[in-house]
Amino acid sequence: MAIENAVSADEIKVDRAKMHISDTDVAIDIVGMHKWYGEFNVLKDINLRVMRGERIVICGPSGSGKSTMIRCINRLEEHQKGKIIVDGKELTNDLKKIDEVRREVGMVFQHFNLFPHLTILENCTLAPIWVRKTPKKQAEEQAMHFLRRVKIPEQANKYPGQLSGGQQQRVAIARSLCMNPRIMLFDEPTSALDPEMIKEVLETMVGLAEEGMTMLCVTHEMGFARKVANRVIFMDQGQIVEENTPGEFFDNPRHERTKLFLSQILH
Amino acid sequence: MSQDIGYVRTEMALPQPAPLRERGPLAWMRKNLFANPFDSVLSIVGFFIVAMIVPPLFNWAIVNAQWTGTDRTFCATVAQGGIQPDGWSGACWAFVKAKFGQFMFGRYPLDERWRVILVAIMFVALLVPLLVPRIPRKGLNSVLFFLVLPVVSYFLLIGGVFGLPHVETPLWGGLLVTLTLSFVGIVVSLPFGILLALGRRSKMPVVKMLCVIFIETVRGVPLITVLFMASVMLPLFLPAGVSFDKFLRALIGVSLFASAYMAEVVRGGLQAIPKGQYEGADSLGLSYWQKMGLIVLPQALKLVIPGIVNTFIGMFKDTSLVYIISMFDLLGVVRQNFSDAAWASPQTPASGLVFAALVFWIFCFGMSRYSIFMERRLDTGHKR
Repeated sequence: MAIENAVSADEIKVDRAKMHISDTDVAIDIVGMHKWYGEFNVLKDINLRVMRGERIVICGPSGSGKSTMIRCINRLEEHQKGKIIVDGKELTNDLKKIDEVRREVGMVFQHFNLFPHLTILENCTLAPIWVRKTPKKQAEEQAMHFLRRVKIPEQANKYPGQLSGGQQQRVAIARSLCMNPRIMLFDEPTSALDPEMIKEVLETMVGLAEEGMTMLCVTHEMGFARKVANRVIFMDQGQIVEENTPGEFFDNPRHERTKLFLSQILH
Repeated sequence: MSQDIGYVRTEMALPQPAPLRERGPLAWMRKNLFANPFDSVLSIVGFFIVAMIVPPLFNWAIVNAQWTGTDRTFCATVAQGGIQPDGWSGACWAFVKAKFGQFMFGRYPLDERWRVILVAIMFVALLVPLLVPRIPRKGLNSVLFFLVLPVVSYFLLIGGVFGLPHVETPLWGGLLVTLTLSFVGIVVSLPFGILLALGRRSKMPVVKMLCVIFIETVRGVPLITVLFMASVMLPLFLPAGVSFDKFLRALIGVSLFASAYMAEVVRGGLQAIPKGQYEGADSLGLSYWQKMGLIVLPQALKLVIPGIVNTFIGMFKDTSLVYIISMFDLLGVVRQNFSDAAWASPQTPASGLVFAALVFWIFCFGMSRYSIFMERRLDTGHKR
């Protein structure tokens, strides 16, 4: 696919128009989306098309709406205008559709949001058993498979509170993967971690990216963005300000706001 | 002159035993009783109060107590027409012993009391394995305890079927009434309270409003009023000829009342669960009931165990208020027997009340200890 070489958002759109992309290649399509908190217009005219297998990093100053945007994708936040189509299903008030989308979209949170009253294994098997109706034994085998992949199978019978932050976040990733999602959303997955633990989480995420998972990631880990992202999206004041390949984005930012932001964080 | 400020530890320090003044009973006393002058004063005053109260109580309840006897003369002094020396003061356990059957069963017919005892045995036999975590088959046990036992007990206690004589509820009394009311109240109020609490936090305006109205109405009215209305007012609204059993009305009144309180306790727990838990459950595609039943409620209920048990204990003791509709729970029966001429003596009321208090205390203390045990057991803790 030509996306890797695309230079700007406009060109990407043009490219796709030429290519006659079938709908099945589009993972997420956001068109003219707005969101308000009361009177406050937090997200303005968001247009974003994510292809299958694409890895997108979203950055921007705090309060720029990046978390809110990815939380709209699995309807943890409601949008009031425009369209969000995930995996061919449009998000509306239809609860059934919402649940269908949530089953296909995994999410990793800044504060892990593991269930403290369940063991690691139970955290990972809960949704497959209750939502996907997977037999318990099979769900457990699958959970162990993913726990091995995030390199903590030996913690399976502990409780989340007994693990370090980095371990908890890796469990959270495994928990999402147990639902076999087609899309993964990461909402600042390393922001609440000690420096020593950031690496282990990022490595897990890099591994996931290498396997071709569609990923949207809100993060300030610029090294990660350079390494795995196909596109970097910069948001400010509730809008997408700039969008580019990581190479171009970091080395040759165009918008003044992007330049300012990058000069603040890359020193 | 250059000075090396670097430092490298060459060997790690080994742990050493604590100094003597940190160990042993003397150290314990110094730390816990006489840590500073104020503590010391408090400790001494405390000891003094205990020394004032315990010996006389012990004398009254054990040493001077009258354990056997057939009527009031055993518990009255000579001047009062009894056999005890003048100035005697002791508990009249003979009274409790003679009236024990009544305290337990009320006026339940003597020949039918085996039915109550059988229910009690089944109750204990099913309750104990339910409470001990190690014993397996909790599912079956719960079904038997919460579904089968009430039905079986209903037919056993009321009778009128299978050749069992009918025993009408006005004859029930004593501990039987206390326990039945509390059991039904507890079993109904917890699930009903949970539903009310969820309803009150619901996004559906009608459900929410109904729950708020129910909770605030019931909580805003004293239990006595609820019972009184259930007993006196309700029949006025019912068509002539239709009547509910008075005991049933009390059961409903107590259950609804406890549910409203329970709802607020549970709501407190629901509010303490961080938003992230809801979002974590949502993001996995769990439905509303799965999210509540598997993620939110287990954590919320664990948090409010003390509040839940507090409500249970409060309700257990509030059952005494059924005297207002002339039903007699344990305390009611005890008080009823004060006026029995065969046993009237200055020591009778105190002995009866102490006995009732002891029985109430045993049940309440049991609930309290069990709740602490469960809190510890369910504590997966290590919260950050």
